[in-house]
Amino acid sequence: MASMRSIWRTKRVRILVPGLRRGIALICLSVGIVGVSYGAAATAAGFPAWVPVLTAGAVLAASSEFLFLGILAGGGSPVAAVAAGLLVNARHLTYGLAAADVIEPGWRRIAGTHLMSDETVVLALAQPDRGRRRAAYWAAGAGIAVCWPGGALAGALLGRAAHGTGLAGPGALGLDAVFPAAIMALVLPALRDDRRARRAALAGTAVALAVTPFVPAGLPELLALAGLAAAGRPPWFRRQPRKPWFTRRPTDPGAA
Amino acid sequence: MAAPASDLTVTVAALALAAGTFALRLAGPLLRARVTVPPRVQRLLADAAVVVLTALAATSAVTTGHGFAGPARPAGVAVAAVLAARRAPFAVVVLAAAGTTALLRLLLGG
Repeated sequence: MASMRSIWRTKRVRILVPGLRRGIALICLSVGIVGVSYGAAATAAGFPAWVPVLTAGAVLAASSEFLFLGILAGGGSPVAAVAAGLLVNARHLTYGLAAADVIEPGWRRIAGTHLMSDETVVLALAQPDRGRRRAAYWAAGAGIAVCWPGGALAGALLGRAAHGTGLAGPGALGLDAVFPAAIMALVLPALRDDRRARRAALAGTAVALAVTPFVPAGLPELLALAGLAAAGRPPWFRRQPRKPWFTRRPTDPGAA
Repeated sequence: MAAPASDLTVTVAALALAAGTFALRLAGPLLRARVTVPPRVQRLLADAAVVVLTALAATSAVTTGHGFAGPARPAGVAVAAVLAARRAPFAVVVLAAAGTTALLRLLLGG
């Protein structure tokens, strides 16, 4: 039993080719840096240091946590903060449905489910086969599970110091461009290969950008799903073609 | 500086967010384990994830909150997109995004 487990573990590590490992390391690094800014921002807003660490470990979804603490810090009600966070995280429902085969059934499902995020899912979907999908998902998931709360802890402890040195602000270093660039780079192959997905994604992106100024955070990405309608009519929607009038018998009711 | 909300409030709210998020994450795999999904629907679900991820990349590149994020970030991501389309390595794409954005912010001040 023990030797089988070690073979499996070595196989998984070998699946992670150097290029993929570098990509995962970069993602984890950028997540850690944003984590530092999150922790520092939280303490700057007056929260005790354990608060960002708690959310980072328990929620593990950066954008919703920023929004959650932001609403609380601005005097909003906790109910509003939770609701807004859940709306932002609603896209995980889509991710779970799409990437279900990556998460193994059984007890590992709990951990695997918690690790679900934009980064782990897009990395997994970019892999060519299930073995690589699982390896990439778990490696990235484990890395982020360490780097996000770890970064938050570091940021919370550095607190004002991090804020003062500009470490907390991703603006000057252009770090805020890393997340969209990484997601875009990983989703590009899927857009390249699949015409229907590409059409749906472009239409959906147009919808999302159009509604962003008017709707709460999290909703634009969900409304983008409307773009699937532009992907071309799926086979099960195709109606039976109407029979031409000259083949219809006189006793036919008429309108089909 | 006084905390914006009491420790208990924050803890309960954070755990509520955590539980709700976990439920959202779990729903997909749980459903797929119980229901046989035909291949067409599987394809639709994969497309759905691609649509959401693309929209996410676009909105996070171009907007902050409800408004435009300024020219630097979208430009940085656009440069990265060109490199990615030319199959540049992932590290190059990501570093180019950050570097271009930082440079433009330096030059344009926004």
